[in-house]
Amino acid sequence: MGEDTESSKINHTFLRDYVTEADVISTVEFNQTGDLLATGDKGGRVVIFQRETESKGETEELGETGDSGEYNVYSTFQSHEPDFDYLKSLEIEEKINKIRWLPQQNAAHFLLSTNDKTIKLWKVSERDKRPEGYNLKDEEGRLKDISTITSLQVPVLKPTDLMVEVRPRRVFSNGHTYHVNSISVNSDGETYLSADDLRINMWHLGITDRSFSILHNNIVDIKPANMEDLTEVITSAEFHPHHCHLFVYSSSKGSLRLCDMRSSALCDKHTKQFEEPEDPGSRSFFSEIISSVSDVKFSHNGRYLLTRDYLTAKVWDLNMDKGPVETYQVHEYLRSKLCSLYENDCIFDKFECVWNSSDSVIMTGAYNSFFRMFDRETGRGVTLEAWRESSKPRAVLRTRRVYTGGKRRRGDVGVDSLDFTKKILHMAWHPSENIIAIAATNNLYIFQDRVNPETQ
Amino acid sequence: MEVNAEARRILAVSISKLYASRTQRGGLRLHRSLLLSLVMRSARDIYHSSREIEAQLADAEPMEAGSCSWDQWSLPSLRQREPESARQSRKRRGKVSAAPDFLPSKRARLEPGEERYAAMLGSCRAGAVESLTALSLNRVIPAF
Repeated sequence: MGEDTESSKINHTFLRDYVTEADVISTVEFNQTGDLLATGDKGGRVVIFQRETESKGETEELGETGDSGEYNVYSTFQSHEPDFDYLKSLEIEEKINKIRWLPQQNAAHFLLSTNDKTIKLWKVSERDKRPEGYNLKDEEGRLKDISTITSLQVPVLKPTDLMVEVRPRRVFSNGHTYHVNSISVNSDGETYLSADDLRINMWHLGITDRSFSILHNNIVDIKPANMEDLTEVITSAEFHPHHCHLFVYSSSKGSLRLCDMRSSALCDKHTKQFEEPEDPGSRSFFSEIISSVSDVKFSHNGRYLLTRDYLTAKVWDLNMDKGPVETYQVHEYLRSKLCSLYENDCIFDKFECVWNSSDSVIMTGAYNSFFRMFDRETGRGVTLEAWRESSKPRAVLRTRRVYTGGKRRRGDVGVDSLDFTKKILHMAWHPSENIIAIAATNNLYIFQDRVNPETQ
Repeated sequence: MEVNAEARRILAVSISKLYASRTQRGGLRLHRSLLLSLVMRSARDIYHSSREIEAQLADAEPMEAGSCSWDQWSLPSLRQREPESARQSRKRRGKVSAAPDFLPSKRARLEPGEERYAAMLGSCRAGAVESLTALSLNRVIPAF
């Protein structure tokens, strides 16, 4: 009895925190149709969700779309394992930094997943039939006694339970000295780029059955001859959605460089540089950190760029390199708290940003399980929360507010009450519908707009 | 001065972050180290300029007559101090026994590449954060 009461007093929360560290989601990505959603976590695992479809007959009659909208687990696999660089005596984390789907070409699906050093191409295929009626083997696969075989039969394919197989098809290793932060599949469907702190490589996918060969080109190299002269690093890179020769990369100094691969083999000289002049009035110890761009995304129409730095999200017009055309304050109330955020390391958090399918809304994450959506037409932003205590399935998401002065409303959260351990860093927006996937530590939230499911 | 104290605190925090990042899983992160060194540089520059202003103000007060020559003296003497304490810190490098209040303790044995970190710590033991300037903060990056 005494033992029971003793153990009930022991605080096991540290165990829970330890166990779930590997479950922290580190990337979320829809495929091009939105039927599949992949997540990667710190433990190197990938979980793929598939959207449920209602039976076709019923919905066609009613004239409705065929999807009920629920995403269920489709497949789980271990993509990367912890690794060790013996030469440098460095551990290589198995955390999945990015997942990108390839455009679908046949019945199988392909995705690229990367950790800090190695990119892998995975084939995801379904098997729902198996051959039965072999002559030499029985149903369990054991060899038959030849003397018992009196006639020949032709094996037939019989339906079985659906099996999802995931196999590695290519491993792209030894391409990066520094930590890989982005991968992006080209619109040509044949090549992709991978970016680390100082270099960007372009790879050919060349899907073949057996070869694991590596063929890559350095298309950007910003490593200075003397590392002491280093002033900026590459933070993110992406191919243009339509022009296979164009890509953009962002830097820790807050600038964007658009590169055209037709101009030269090594795109050290950018075609265009997008930079906003620094406001001298707002200079502080942390100006450089907060201007570092953590994510860059082309709009779907290919005419704009969306970037995220620590306090803002900016929209840039590809034709205007002097500065962003729109700037959205994500959490300006943190500007006076930068010193504490530096001390608790939150200032180094890398938030992602996404466009909706019509490029009319942008979305990005914040703290306290909050995420923000901005309507580009009105310029207005809304704060939403991804927290299961306050949202039940099928409930409508309430808008939230951080109290920064003026009249305080019920439900407002004070800046000092914000939970900085609950950060929304990773998210994805369905390619054609108003469905969003939000990663909140080790939980995945999928929200759907039932009122306006299709984007206008 | 407040700015001075703030700069010192940020420097101290940055040093411990730099030190902690060496034992981080996945190895040193170039981006993070670069940002840390930029913050340290800003803090160091602000710390120094505020010290110089302080010294100038302190020296200018008692000496109204011939204050020009005094000012010229006071600035070089400030700068003189830095290499001295740096020299001191090099001597004390291997013997960081009593770590100053804002620094993590460090083992005595060093590999060659860690000299610069030890030099930073050694100089802090001397109580002179100024001597950090003796080391180029750029040297943080060539660890890669």
